[in-house]
Amino acid sequence: MERIVTIAVLIALAAVPLLASVFDAPFYLDLFGRVMIYAIAAISLNLIMGYGGMVSFGHAAFLGLGGYAVGILAKEGIDSGFVQWPLAIGSCALFALLTGLVVLRTSGAYFIMITLAFAQMLFFLFTSLAEYGGDDGLTIWTRSDFAGLIDLNDGASFYYLIFALLLACLGISARLIDSRFGMVLRGAKANERRMQAIGFPTFRYKLAAYTISGAMCGLAGALLANQAEFVGPSVLHWSRSGEILVMVVLGGMGGVAGPVLGAATYLLLSYFLADLTKHWAIIMGPLLILVVLFARGGLLGLLSGRRAKTDAP
Amino acid sequence: MSDILLRAEGITKRYGGILACDNVGIELRAGETHAVIGPNGAGKTTLLAQLAGEIAPDSGRIHLGARDVTDLRAPERAALGLGRSFQITSVFREFTTRQNVALAVQAHDGHSFRFWRKARTDAALIEPARAMLDRLGLGDRAGVPAALLSHGEQRQLELAMALATKPRVLLLDEPMAGMGAADSERMTQLLSALKSEAALLLVEHDMDAVFALADRITVMTYGRVIATGTPAEIRANQVVRDAYLGADEAA
Ligand SMILES: Nc1ncnc2c1ncn2[C@@H]1O[C@H](COP(=O)(O)OP(=O)(O)OP(=O)(O)O)[C@@H](O)[C@H]1O
Ligand SMILES: [Mg+2]
Repeated sequence: MERIVTIAVLIALAAVPLLASVFDAPFYLDLFGRVMIYAIAAISLNLIMGYGGMVSFGHAAFLGLGGYAVGILAKEGIDSGFVQWPLAIGSCALFALLTGLVVLRTSGAYFIMITLAFAQMLFFLFTSLAEYGGDDGLTIWTRSDFAGLIDLNDGASFYYLIFALLLACLGISARLIDSRFGMVLRGAKANERRMQAIGFPTFRYKLAAYTISGAMCGLAGALLANQAEFVGPSVLHWSRSGEILVMVVLGGMGGVAGPVLGAATYLLLSYFLADLTKHWAIIMGPLLILVVLFARGGLLGLLSGRRAKTDAP
Repeated sequence: MSDILLRAEGITKRYGGILACDNVGIELRAGETHAVIGPNGAGKTTLLAQLAGEIAPDSGRIHLGARDVTDLRAPERAALGLGRSFQITSVFREFTTRQNVALAVQAHDGHSFRFWRKARTDAALIEPARAMLDRLGLGDRAGVPAALLSHGEQRQLELAMALATKPRVLLLDEPMAGMGAADSERMTQLLSALKSEAALLLVEHDMDAVFALADRITVMTYGRVIATGTPAEIRANQVVRDAYLGADEAA
C-alpha cells in the first residue's frame, strides 16, 4: 500500500508541467517545484529523525548554508553550477560533521536545543554579513549555469531537474535505511545501549547519518536559492526549521515517502488556506495536532492503512 | 593465572549516598560458570554494567585476559569478546527475531559503513542468524517481530543476540527473570550447553539454576562481596546463610 501511495504521488508530481501548460498556469511549476524542494529537505531530516531518533530543530541551517553558497558564489561572479552545487553540498556536509561532533553528544531536549543554537549562530552570522545582503538577503541575478547541459531558466527543465533529484534522494534514503548502515541507525534509535553492548560504536554511525542528512538538505538549499533567485536570513530562521519538522511529522516518519506527502500537504494547505484566510495557522495547528494524536504513522500511515508502530519502551 | 579471562579489582561505584559497589573483586576463569547472587539492590547489575563498560567505576581496574580494559567503552570491549545480556529484556521490538540476531552478527562482521546492499537478504548475516535461532529453538519464530514473542521467547532471543557476537566471556543478568518453571528449566539446559563456548558470569535469583550451573558462586550484599567459593562452600557458609540464603529459602 505504501508503495502505491508513493507512486501515485510521484506520478501526480510528474504530471504537473503538463497540466500547467495545458491550463496555462506556469505558477504551478513554481509551487510544486517548491513542494519538491522542501520534500528533499524533509527527507533529509526524516533520515536522522525517523530512522535515527535525532530530532533536529536546526535543519534550516543547511537550507540556508546551501543557498548562501550559491548566492555568494554568484555574487562573486562564479555562476557554474558544477562549482556552486558541490560547494553548497560540501559546506553543509562539513558543517554537519563539525556541529555533529558536538550535538550528537547530547540527546532528547538537549539535542533539540543545541541543533537550534547552531542554526541560530548561522542566522546571526548571515544577518551580519553586510557584504552579502545582511538583513535584506541576497538577490541571485543568474541561476546556476550548467554549460548547456540543462537550462534552469526554463521552467519545465528546472522542474524536472528537481523531480529527478527528488527521486534520487528517495532512492538513496530507501537503500540507506535497509542497508547495514541503516540497521545500525535504526537499532541506535530503538536502544542505543543494546547496540553498544553487541559491539557497535554507534556515535560514528550517527555522525555519518547526520552528515549525509546535512548534505542532502544543502542540495535542497541550492535548489531553493535558484528557484527563488534569492537567499536571505529568513531561509534559516528557526521557524523554517520548525516547518521542516512539521512536514516530517505530518507526512509520517515510518516510510521514506512520508516527508514528500508532508511537504506537499503543508505547503499546499498553507498556500490555499492563506488564500481563504489570513489566519490559516488557526486551521493548520489543530490539523497537525489531530494527525499527531490519531495517526501516529502520519499521513503516509493513514493512507497506506498501516497501524501505528509499536515502539520499544 | 593465565586462565583468568576476566578480572575486576577494587571496583567501587557510588550513586549519591549509595555505595552500589564497594571495593568489589571478582575473577572469571576459562571454562567456568561463575554465579553472582545477592538480594535486590546488592549491586549485581551495577557490577555487570561496569564489567561491560557501560558505566565507569569510580575506582578499580578491570582486565579482560591480559589486557587492562578499564578505559575501553562497551563496543570496544564487545569487540574483544565480551558479551552480555540484560536483566530488562532489550531486544529490538520492531525488528523480526532473525533481524535481531542478524544485527548482533553484523556487529562482528567488519564495519557497517555499507550503504547499499540490503541487510535483510545478506547471506553473511542471515545464515549465522538462522543457525543461532535453530540452536536456541527459536527457528520457527524467525520471521516474527520480536515484540510479538512471548516473554520466555524474548529472554531466549536476548541470549541468542549475546551469543551471536561469539563472546569468550558472557555476562548474563538474570536470564531466567520472570520465567515459569518449564522455561527456566530449558534455559538452564541451554546455559549448561554453553560451557565449552564461553565463560559465564551469571547473575541470577533462581537458586535451583544457580546451584545446577555454577562452578563458583560470589555473594554480594549492600555492594560488597561477602563470600566467594564453590556451591558447597557457599551453602555451608554461615555468613551467607544469615545474610541471604536463609531468607531466600524461607521466602
Ligand atoms: N543509575 C543509578 N542511579 C542511582 N542509584 C542507582 C543507579 N543504579 C543503581 N542504583 C542503586 O544502586 C544499588 C544497586 O543496584 P543494582 O541494580 O546494581 O542492584 P541489583 O543487585 O542488580 O538488584 P536486583 O536484584 O534488584 O536486580 C541500588 O540501591 C540501586 O537503587
Ligand atoms: Mg539487577
